[in-house]
Amino acid sequence: MSGTIIPVTMPKFGLAMTEGKLASWSVKPGETVKAGQELADIETSKITNGYESPAEGILRRHVAEAGEMLPVGALIGVLADDAASDDDIDAFIKKFRDEFSSGEESEAGSAEPQRRVIEAGDLKLSVLESGVDHDGVPVLLIHGFGGDLTNWILNQPALAEKRKVIAFDLPGHGESTKEVGDGSPVTFAATIGKLIEALALNRVHVVGHSLGGAIALELAALKGDAVASLTLIDPAGLGQDINMAFIGGFIEADRRKTLEPVIGYLVHDKSLVTRAMVENIIRFKRLDGVVKGLKTIAQTCFHDGKQAFGLRPVLEAFRGPVQVLWGEDDEILSVSGADGLPESVTVIRYPGTGHMPQLEKASEVNKAVSAFLDKAEAK
Amino acid sequence: MSKKSFRQAINEALRQEMRRDPRVILMGEDVAGGRGGTSGVKDAWGGVLGVTKGLLTEFGEDRVLDTPISEASYIGAAAGAAATGLRPVAELMFVDFVGCCLDQIMNQAAKFRYMFGGKARTPLVIRAMYGAGFNAAAQHSQALYPLFTHIPGLKVVVPSSPYEAKGLLIEAIRDDDPVIFLENKVMYDDEEDVPDDPYTIPFGEANLTREGDDVTIVAFGRMVKFANEAADRLAKDGISCTVIDPRTTSPLDTGTILDCVTDTGRLVIVDESSPRCNLATDVAALVAEEAFDALKAPIRRVCPPHTPVPFATVLENLYVPSVEKIEAAVRAVASYRVKEEA
Repeated sequence: MSGTIIPVTMPKFGLAMTEGKLASWSVKPGETVKAGQELADIETSKITNGYESPAEGILRRHVAEAGEMLPVGALIGVLADDAASDDDIDAFIKKFRDEFSSGEESEAGSAEPQRRVIEAGDLKLSVLESGVDHDGVPVLLIHGFGGDLTNWILNQPALAEKRKVIAFDLPGHGESTKEVGDGSPVTFAATIGKLIEALALNRVHVVGHSLGGAIALELAALKGDAVASLTLIDPAGLGQDINMAFIGGFIEADRRKTLEPVIGYLVHDKSLVTRAMVENIIRFKRLDGVVKGLKTIAQTCFHDGKQAFGLRPVLEAFRGPVQVLWGEDDEILSVSGADGLPESVTVIRYPGTGHMPQLEKASEVNKAVSAFLDKAEAK
Repeated sequence: MSKKSFRQAINEALRQEMRRDPRVILMGEDVAGGRGGTSGVKDAWGGVLGVTKGLLTEFGEDRVLDTPISEASYIGAAAGAAATGLRPVAELMFVDFVGCCLDQIMNQAAKFRYMFGGKARTPLVIRAMYGAGFNAAAQHSQALYPLFTHIPGLKVVVPSSPYEAKGLLIEAIRDDDPVIFLENKVMYDDEEDVPDDPYTIPFGEANLTREGDDVTIVAFGRMVKFANEAADRLAKDGISCTVIDPRTTSPLDTGTILDCVTDTGRLVIVDESSPRCNLATDVAALVAEEAFDALKAPIRRVCPPHTPVPFATVLENLYVPSVEKIEAAVRAVASYRVKEEA
């Protein structure tokens, strides 16, 4: 095989992503790359993420420069082997660009999963479903304190290749009703129980992050039969400590300057915190009722600077398979929470990773979750 | 969340606040929408540019008051209604009409709190359109926010986008002081993502729409868009700019302006209002006084000429500060070098 030219295009990291900024190139033109090697950093409105090479070859061109904002699917570089001449590559780039700009219209019209509003009791929850609708057990993703369904931007599409995947905004978060009740994990779990009924789901694999992990455990306690498996990512409920500088700062900080260091607690690599990420959180906090709701949750769940709910007994009592994933450098909930769990629990610790492995180590987390779900279903 | 126009964002802010608080009422010429001729339709237009469409239908004639063409009477009535317990949003249509009711605003509404020893509240919002570029000629095209900014006791809002407009208008309606809310009339069809839920953006907190190291650009209202575009073009040539949208001219976030100028050492101010005693002169004075040592180049102002707004399209286009003029001003301050003494 010679002369094969492979386009490197702006990736689509999440369902909502329509454009991305080429933050920086990791590879210079003329360098040889392996499939899966990081080619560039791509910045989206949610996070900066490494973009892995789709194939092996020589990166022949940077078509886009660092700092450029481009629509998903636009050509950013060209991979080829030595056999392709520079003229071949020029012709390829020209052809790609002509076809890409003319094809934009139909691209935009393609069916994308859309958020919809589901009534769970008195509350309206914003839900994003994706993936194949087959007989298998669907996956339910529960985000954490102050998050929303876009926290799964790098995971939902990957998991949806084989399963139906449901992400939603917790009450008080995202585009859901800004009513949190007493703000306790069990109250959220009861609402999710109603969501599961409203969606006519019998059983779900539950993936919970941070406070969403504690909520997942309460859901297992409340509706054990409906929970096929538990994947807990840096979950609350297994230890006592909680970084109150994060919780308090998240509630109080209302300007980019003061909020940015607080958001920095979420990740190990602080350069992942983008302007857009901080701006989105400021915009979320401006919505009526949000700060009040967050205060209620903090008061209930993290009273006196400690986690108020010890859910290890719930985990031990749960009869289905459990996997715990944790960033070793989590600055919000210490990785020590993963110590001393029952032997039946699969534990994976990610070095050089903070509180959000699903963003910082997205592809590893996706592989771990997929493998765990496959195994759970094979049993 | 969905894409909404500047017009829709303002309509939604009014609608949500009217639903939330029965004391919120609308008053003004044609806010009730205009009657659809002999067809019997009551809310045919939704105001001269369709901003209040549908509000009469939802809230009725008790809360959406179509007033006679007498600014002095209805702005005065709105000030009185605010002082006695309602939260009126009065629409002046074109801000140029303020000449007919300046006493009601400047000597009455703006002074109540001060002259009644802090005991009076005047939760009044006056909405009006401003700005050139609409071929509306000299009496319907002025950018009069400096006039209001000059008067103590008024808060003055100049939103730069649909997202900003919704959050700032809700904040204005919930504020207990008289607020002048100015909408650039050529921006009504601008669109961006705007949350469906109500939200507020605090007054006196500037927004940095770009962050850079070389030059600070302070811009107001529609000029923020132009400044962003200029900054994006300049970034390609290696000149990085901070763009400040102060959001409100009173109160003015002087701290953010001074911080940014201290960082970059260079300042360009873009102001669509007439150049004498406008916001550009005010910000220039602030920086000259408080951050003189940080300056590496003279302050440059990009403003229209000191003339009435021309009606002829070519002249009107020439009148309004452009992306090109902003770019040229930034290049001038970025390349400025202090002359060596002989």
